[in-house]
Amino acid sequence: MAEPILDIRNLNKSFGALKATDNVSLDLRPGEIHALIGPNGAGKSTLIHQIAGSLRPGSGTIRFLGRDIGALGVPERTRLGLGRTFQISSLAPDYSALRNVMLAVQARQGTSFRFVKAVMRDRSLRDPALEALERVGLAERAHVSAAELSHGERRQLEIAIALALGSKAFLLDEPMAGMGPEGSKALTTFLDGLRAEAPILLVEHDMDAVFALADRISVLVYGRVIATGTVEEIRHNPDVRQAYLGEEG
Amino acid sequence: MMGNPRETILNLALVLLLAAIPLVATGMGEPFYVTLATRMAILALAAVGLNFLLGLGGLVSFGHAAFFGIGGYVAGIAATHAFNAEPLLFGLPGTNQMIVIWLAAVLLCGLAALAIGVISLRTSGVYFIMITLAFAQMIYYFAISWPAYGGEDGLSIYVRNGFPGVNTLNGLHFFYLCFGLLLAALAVFSVLRNSRFGAALEASRQNQQRLAAVGIAPFRVKLVAFAISGMITGLAGALFADLNRFVSPSMLSWHMSGELIVLIILGGTGRLFGPVAGAMVYVLFEFYLGGVTERWQFFLGLILLGVVLFARGGVVGLIAGKARHG
Repeated sequence: MAEPILDIRNLNKSFGALKATDNVSLDLRPGEIHALIGPNGAGKSTLIHQIAGSLRPGSGTIRFLGRDIGALGVPERTRLGLGRTFQISSLAPDYSALRNVMLAVQARQGTSFRFVKAVMRDRSLRDPALEALERVGLAERAHVSAAELSHGERRQLEIAIALALGSKAFLLDEPMAGMGPEGSKALTTFLDGLRAEAPILLVEHDMDAVFALADRISVLVYGRVIATGTVEEIRHNPDVRQAYLGEEG
Repeated sequence: MMGNPRETILNLALVLLLAAIPLVATGMGEPFYVTLATRMAILALAAVGLNFLLGLGGLVSFGHAAFFGIGGYVAGIAATHAFNAEPLLFGLPGTNQMIVIWLAAVLLCGLAALAIGVISLRTSGVYFIMITLAFAQMIYYFAISWPAYGGEDGLSIYVRNGFPGVNTLNGLHFFYLCFGLLLAALAVFSVLRNSRFGAALEASRQNQQRLAAVGIAPFRVKLVAFAISGMITGLAGALFADLNRFVSPSMLSWHMSGELIVLIILGGTGRLFGPVAGAMVYVLFEFYLGGVTERWQFFLGLILLGVVLFARGGVVGLIAGKARHG
């Protein structure tokens, strides 16, 4: 089996007496979509925060592209190629969709300490940004400010930013949240193709999307991974049925 | 930014108006108005510096008097040593050349801003406001208790410092020198705002989490902005000392920091010409209302209240509409 892109081993995180992350190990292999599911409060967001670098784990290791990234902050991890989207869209609201993506392009180029050339006339920023917007189907809305975009469009913009970063792995935190059925369907198709570019760790509540997309699924309950396996294995796992799927019928 | 014709027209009008006041005043034989216009230009320049940090970066520094005052003391101390023909530092002489003084003021303020910024930028919100205030007050009390340069009484500049090819003793000439620097600072502000650095700085105001998530560390961006901001305000301080031929700890006091913030809010936070509009309005109020009543600041307060409640964009926002970000 290929070397995992992202390899998480024995991760622990407690808030007081609450074990939000309890000895979690999981990995993300090239070309796959690994879905992370679990009921509300299972610790999915806490786990994502630790992987992205916005929260320090209590113990355990996170390796990305063979490198221990546990001590790195958010910007460093992004520069290594870990592209995340937020559960609640996090954008520069005054900036147009285009400028939001252009910011990612300049960050990728590592050129934020250039003081003279005007960004809006800079094709080396605009062209890749427009291309990313086009890929997520947002090109027509390029000049609308992020604050005026619809909820679903903001979700798309988040993904366009992750694309423009040239991420080597995607960390998508509920990309479908709040999207209509049309949008979810389109995004499912898009993510299906995206895995060839870089593997995706997908946190998602939309079970149709998860079952359609995931190569593997890990189920998180009370901070613990109770099962990891293919869609079929997870569907038939009695623990999972009881802890999670059973509740939804 | 591009594409707001009304703002462009307003900006041009402000430039022409400010440039014309001293000419008209001189024609009418009213040199006092030349001084008034110079005061507008210098305060505007100081506020351009703060506007860079506050308007673009969203960082409310309540300690920019530190840089304004340091700039002023550089001019005062250099001139005093030149006047008395005493060596200043390491055997270096004082100077009455503005160019040297400006460079020294900008350099020193840049270093001071880096030092203050490294510590204060670790905080945010109210804490940032308070810690920048604290640093400025430290420097204020240091100036008060430093008898070598006048302490509480301040320091006089007996002859205004010189500039090659310009008779700085002539109020009109000195005005155009300050005016030229103001225009240059506005050009720098505009270029920086439109650059990649400006994009990162504006993004840090709008959403730091997003900036970090695309891989740009907000701290470095803000620190560089803090230094640039302090340098511009420091330059204005050097000019202000030369305008008054006097520098005192009051240039370092928190009132001064507050005044700069008020200017920006009056004129339009984050707008290129906000500081210019703000400084013109402020100095006019100070003069005309100050002539009517000693309690003019009460009325200024009312006006400020009105601006904050009903015209968040200040003068520029009121006339030119909302800012556009491309």
